Amino acid sequence: MPSALPATVADTAALLEAGGYVADTALATTVHLAMAMDRPLFLEGEPGTGKTEIAKVLAAGLDRRLVRLQCYDGLDLAAAAYEWDHARQLMAIRIAEATGAADRTALSSDIYAREYLRARPLLSAIDPDLPPAVLLIDELDRADEPFEAFLLELLADFQITVPEYGTIHAKTKPVVVLTSNRTREVHDAIRRRCLYHWVAYPDARRERLILARKAPQVQPKLAAEIVAFVQRLRGQDLFKLPGVAESIDWAGALMHLNQTELSPGAVDETLGVLLKYQDDIAKIKGAEAARLVTEAKAAAD
Amino acid sequence: MVEQGKSSFCEQKEAKKLHPFAQDLSGITAKGLLSLNILNFARLLRRAGLPLGPADMLAAQDAMTRIDIGTRTQVHTALRTTMVHRHEHQDMFDQAFRLYWRAAENNEVLEILDKLAGPKPPPEKAPPGTRRLAEALAAQKEKPTPPEQAREEIDAVLTVSDRERLQEMDFEAMSAAEINDAKREVTKLHLPLDARRTRRRRPDQTGPQIDLRATIRASLRSGGEILALARTRRVTKPPPLVVLCDISGSMSRYAQILLHFLHAVANDRDRVHTFLFGTRLSNITRQLRHRDPEMAFQLVSQIVPDWSGGTRIGEALAAFNQQWSRRVLGQGAVVLLVTDGLDRDGAAGLSENMERLHKSCSRLIWLNPLLRWEGFEPKSQGIRAMLPHVDEFRTVHNLASLRALVASLSAPPDLRAMDRWRLAA
Repeated sequence: MPSALPATVADTAALLEAGGYVADTALATTVHLAMAMDRPLFLEGEPGTGKTEIAKVLAAGLDRRLVRLQCYDGLDLAAAAYEWDHARQLMAIRIAEATGAADRTALSSDIYAREYLRARPLLSAIDPDLPPAVLLIDELDRADEPFEAFLLELLADFQITVPEYGTIHAKTKPVVVLTSNRTREVHDAIRRRCLYHWVAYPDARRERLILARKAPQVQPKLAAEIVAFVQRLRGQDLFKLPGVAESIDWAGALMHLNQTELSPGAVDETLGVLLKYQDDIAKIKGAEAARLVTEAKAAAD
Repeated sequence: MVEQGKSSFCEQKEAKKLHPFAQDLSGITAKGLLSLNILNFARLLRRAGLPLGPADMLAAQDAMTRIDIGTRTQVHTALRTTMVHRHEHQDMFDQAFRLYWRAAENNEVLEILDKLAGPKPPPEKAPPGTRRLAEALAAQKEKPTPPEQAREEIDAVLTVSDRERLQEMDFEAMSAAEINDAKREVTKLHLPLDARRTRRRRPDQTGPQIDLRATIRASLRSGGEILALARTRRVTKPPPLVVLCDISGSMSRYAQILLHFLHAVANDRDRVHTFLFGTRLSNITRQLRHRDPEMAFQLVSQIVPDWSGGTRIGEALAAFNQQWSRRVLGQGAVVLLVTDGLDRDGAAGLSENMERLHKSCSRLIWLNPLLRWEGFEPKSQGIRAMLPHVDEFRTVHNLASLRALVASLSAPPDLRAMDRWRLAA
């Protein structure tokens, strides 16, 4: 049985915490409000800051199924919401003809019955016959603009209208999380229907907590140095700054290389885990990396 | 983050002087004051330029009932998440929140609101549209003939100023006929690779794909017998267009016509993003979306600080690459770069940033409005740095009309001229 929604902001924070998600107060408040007010939650932010993770943690914490829709260019109704099973419909028409029961109105209601309607993620999330869901609409910015229009009815009223069948309402409103990396601007119509939160890079304290949760095998000293280094790296003039996901990967990489503390040599060799553009790597590698390592070590002590 | 503190949103019962608009609220409840405060706060935000609708206010009120309004961070976040819909508005919101909060604690909300309600300074210029209104009233009168364009002897005005001039641009008023002409001309604009196939389909009886859903629906009319197949075809539409337009001193003569062009393009097609640069980069996409060109130009001239100053093309492109390229160059965008390539910084960083821009978009078109004679040698450092990184190089020999601009952009690319330029560079 899915558990009830948390009653207060503190409960929501505890729920995220229990799922291994280290959220700041602002995020916990926003998530709480989204659930309490039955509004979709629109999370924008740089890649690798844990936007998708929130939906996963909520699904696990609320004991609901996670329905995930990964967006891409050209995503249409048939792939996102529902599709009629045309082959079976054609078969049903043939059978009706063969048995001589081809009454027009009856045939129409027969072949547009629920059994011929195949649910895709959006419909599945509000299907009244299924247990409550957390709906994750991931990387909405990757879908093209016409797709956003399909979402409006769902986001406003938690229902989907199928012209041949009727309107399907959610029995329990799903918790909806939309994410965007801002590779294009999502339309105002979507924004208006959602609660908005910008997921920023975490501060040093929170990043240390995240690292302790996600990479517990890393020594506290090394972890503190990693965080101090990455935090300094984010202050540099780089094309693509490293996210939290990169910090966690980097901690893992340094563990595999049996490092117990940061050294300029190991940093240079593993810089590709943190930075994903050659220009950025060239800018940091060598003297700059050595300087940041010294600073990070001093700050971590 | 904001420090924890006791909310004063609901602690104004002792407030002696209430806003006139609040005075008739006898028997004030904490809740009533709270919503009044939200209302007033929203007025402050609107004044600061945040688009807030009644639905946002209702959501904010609702949110207040679901959190602990004694905790300042919760109130802050709850208001922000319901009233802010874009990251770029967040700083403005935070500042407004701090200002309003302090005022509320010191019972100075009144002063703020009085300032807000104060009379606006009278407009110095006639409001936009005045000329068109006058024209409409005197419809029989002959149209004023535009002043003869002074013939230029020297081509490029090589006045790359060495200081940043901060000034507002004053645009000539436009007649209704000019506006209509511009609209008509711009509909003829046809950029290379303009018809791009999308993954969407539309019904089309001669299309190549069969639409089973529509076919079955139609067959029910004939008792389940399929009489005709419904077909679809892929939709084609132009790719997003990103315009980066130079408005420095050497280009200032063309600012009016270029902006006119940009406005017409922005209102003619979907997905147009427009940036102006001189010494800094300004995104004017939202301002240009105003249907009325004069209103749009007024908005633009208010936010762009560097009309007719120097040019730092490299720096402007770096700013674009860093802040905007990932947000607006998706889905195969075409970039139109309008500049004379005369750079104040001696082309510092220009080559690298042009290369990055070129690699992030599907097509980079450089329109140079200052090259008017055939034998021009690309000697300027800026031009040499930019030429290797463009897909197409187009020139306008006399940028006196929108027609010339549109014609130059719509003409098939002159590959031979491209090669000649590249060799010369």
